[in-house]
Amino acid sequence: MTALLIQLLTGLAGASTLFLVAAGLTVIFGVTRVVNFSHGSLFMLGAYIGWTILSRLPRDPGSFALGVLLTGLATSAIGSAVEMVLLRRIYKAPELLQLLATFGVVLILQDATQAIWGPADLTLPRGPWLRSAVMILGERFPLYDLILIATGPLILGTIWLLFARTRWGTLVRAATLDREMVSALGVDQRRLFTSVFALGAGLAGIGGALVLPQGSANLQMDLSVITDAFVVVVVGGLGSLTGAYLAAVLIGVLQALGIVLLPKATLVVVFVVMACVLIVRPHGLLGRPLTATRTDAAAIAPIRPATPALLWAAAALLVLAIAAPLIVGPFVLSVLTDITIAILFAASLHVLMGPGGMASFGHAAWFGLGAYGTALAVKSLAAPMPLALLLAPIAAGGVALVFGALVVRLSGVYLAMLTLAFAQIVWAVAFQWSDVTGGDNGILGVWPPAWAGPASFYWISLVLCVGGAILLRRALYAPFGFALRASRDSALRAEAIGLNPNALRLAAFTLAGSAAGLAGGLAAYAKGSVFPTTISVGHSVDALVMVLLGGVQTMAGPIIGAIAYTGLFDALLLATGFWRAALGACILAIVLLFPQGIAGGFNRPGVAGSVKRTI
Amino acid sequence: MLVVQNLTKTFGGVHAVTDVSFAVTAGEMLALIGPNGAGKSTCFNMLGGQIRPDGGRILLAGTDISKATPRTICRLGVGRTFQITATFASMTARENVQTALTAHHRQTARVWQEADTLHVAEADALLAQVSLSAEAGRPAGILAYGDLKRLELAMALACNPKLLLMDEPTAGMAPAERAGLMALTAGLAQARGMAVLFTEHDMDVVFGTASRILVMDHGALIAQGDAAMIRADPRVRAVYLGTGFSSGGH
Repeated sequence: MTALLIQLLTGLAGASTLFLVAAGLTVIFGVTRVVNFSHGSLFMLGAYIGWTILSRLPRDPGSFALGVLLTGLATSAIGSAVEMVLLRRIYKAPELLQLLATFGVVLILQDATQAIWGPADLTLPRGPWLRSAVMILGERFPLYDLILIATGPLILGTIWLLFARTRWGTLVRAATLDREMVSALGVDQRRLFTSVFALGAGLAGIGGALVLPQGSANLQMDLSVITDAFVVVVVGGLGSLTGAYLAAVLIGVLQALGIVLLPKATLVVVFVVMACVLIVRPHGLLGRPLTATRTDAAAIAPIRPATPALLWAAAALLVLAIAAPLIVGPFVLSVLTDITIAILFAASLHVLMGPGGMASFGHAAWFGLGAYGTALAVKSLAAPMPLALLLAPIAAGGVALVFGALVVRLSGVYLAMLTLAFAQIVWAVAFQWSDVTGGDNGILGVWPPAWAGPASFYWISLVLCVGGAILLRRALYAPFGFALRASRDSALRAEAIGLNPNALRLAAFTLAGSAAGLAGGLAAYAKGSVFPTTISVGHSVDALVMVLLGGVQTMAGPIIGAIAYTGLFDALLLATGFWRAALGACILAIVLLFPQGIAGGFNRPGVAGSVKRTI
Repeated sequence: MLVVQNLTKTFGGVHAVTDVSFAVTAGEMLALIGPNGAGKSTCFNMLGGQIRPDGGRILLAGTDISKATPRTICRLGVGRTFQITATFASMTARENVQTALTAHHRQTARVWQEADTLHVAEADALLAQVSLSAEAGRPAGILAYGDLKRLELAMALACNPKLLLMDEPTAGMAPAERAGLMALTAGLAQARGMAVLFTEHDMDVVFGTASRILVMDHGALIAQGDAAMIRADPRVRAVYLGTGFSSGGH
């Protein structure tokens, strides 16, 4: 019992740090409607900057507090700079592009941090007061944890006072309810948004510095904290500060107790709790339905069938692709195999993002489930290649069916964050459950049988992937695809003509999951191995970039995007050590220059022109 | 064919609709009027399944639909249009109607057949009925508002309804267009033997089209009858006093 109580207190201490990150995220979202992926990077920068400051200060409590505050000011300045230079330009972009742009910032800050502080974890030498403990029910409990426990409510109270008692706070609350109205009343939005970013970034930085005494500054903390923060913000209700605190306590305590009670299933428990909350309250504990931001109906471009010229070009490309093994060498052939797999991966995500209207941010989960499904079938069941490849879409599609039943009830950023969180959990399972998955070492030796040499395997991959992409495309032009698009355009009307939007979305989710799973299964054979990185956020973003690069509202988009991106990625990998930063810069450039994607830029002028006239 | 018994809905402490009972007979044009906030739209959304009633029953040809989903209600033969038009912006007018037709014929699970080739003639016929043939190939996202209202009507007709619910069908239209749309609706209703229940603010439209009128105020039904009875009803006069019968009400 005592052990549980101590664990509960530890959980509360963790909850405070989590709240510091989530508070900034939720306030920024409330006011600007931007889900700031790079918020975790500000937390990480807080840890690194905090380390630099605190390791130079005397080791007494006063200096510690001063150092933490200075860190907060520093990250606050960095956050404001990011807002002024980048985000200010994309407030009107679709939310998924915003999410993607902030992920570009994540990549750039990762490389910048590594360049400045190096790859090693940094720990802070702890002064005596940081090592002291108090006795609780006969157990030693770290004093510092008690301080952390108090920090959460203290910060919550401070922000609450700021919101309730100052004119600035009134504006922030008003903008959370209806930012266009606030702007119409003559409030300078730019200053309001920047100041909110400054506050959020400062809180994240303070959070980062506060974990130093018990942990370290490391390069993985940005993505791990942002995933937890997403879960907290979604459970608490987007935009709700008190909700964020309650959810942080809930998640923090669950994690701490889970480590004792169900050490293997902690992540699953957190996810199940999140799912339960969202089933009962789709807008989180204290969230309310978002006021719809008024967008142009015309922003959804109609989808036209391919022109004959495009079909001829595709046919010519396909002939070249079939003849490729006779022309190119082994390296180019392996790149081409990667491209075929990327095409199916991107095409499957496009089904969700385009016609499905579901901005999935964790599509790598299905790819990974397919890859692990195939690899495990080969390793544990000694399955032959056809059977192992068949298992990939079944495994991924089956899980997608179950998870999709929850997801399709949500929309917009809730959906994006939930799919991301789910992918992180699949990743963690693959990483932690090393008895089965091999953990970080992955599963090796998944090679095609002798009869399928590189050229044959390429042809198999070409048939399955291009064939799969064509089937998906066919389905999108069939009544199913129209009904799916109808549900996206107007769920109200779709219901009123007898369609079942959630069932259609679930079918699309399962279909896309299976297709991505097949791509994953092929990837396992193509690489001969599977690693947890297949399921990483980075890989989900690969798919997003491919689809956005090609343009969401064109059927040929994902294919063009997959070819362009796979080529770009391989070139970057060869050309530079800072490939993450380069990739981040490319993402930012795409978002800023081609908000409609590359293929979107070639939309038929007649349609585009007539759309413009009505605005 | 539609019988509404003691329909009730509260939002928080607000009694939006209290104890409303009425019936719609086959083939009639029934108007539901009342000042803003009288509970007309709430009533409509309960009939269409968009809102679940707190009490009372809605019987459609004897079946209780008060707990049914919008799609079940559609399948039972109730079409509807919305106060703010809801169409599929990324599709052409024809594709909008085709999608409604494939839904009606339960063909949406098909993943191979090209949707564009399905029900073309039937879709074009429906578009012709609402005088929208010229716009058939244009995306709904760029149609004029009056055209969208008619497109919605064509989509509602695609499920071959016995009862058509129209929530403020002429809101946002020019006066000349309003009369045209309602005359069109009345003609369709007669040709198909379809009942129409509509809410409306424009009293000229109401008295010109409706065969019977229901009047709501503060969530309750205060009068029903033909145009002459409603004009003479003292309670209706009290509700509308000072605004006049022909006020646009917007």
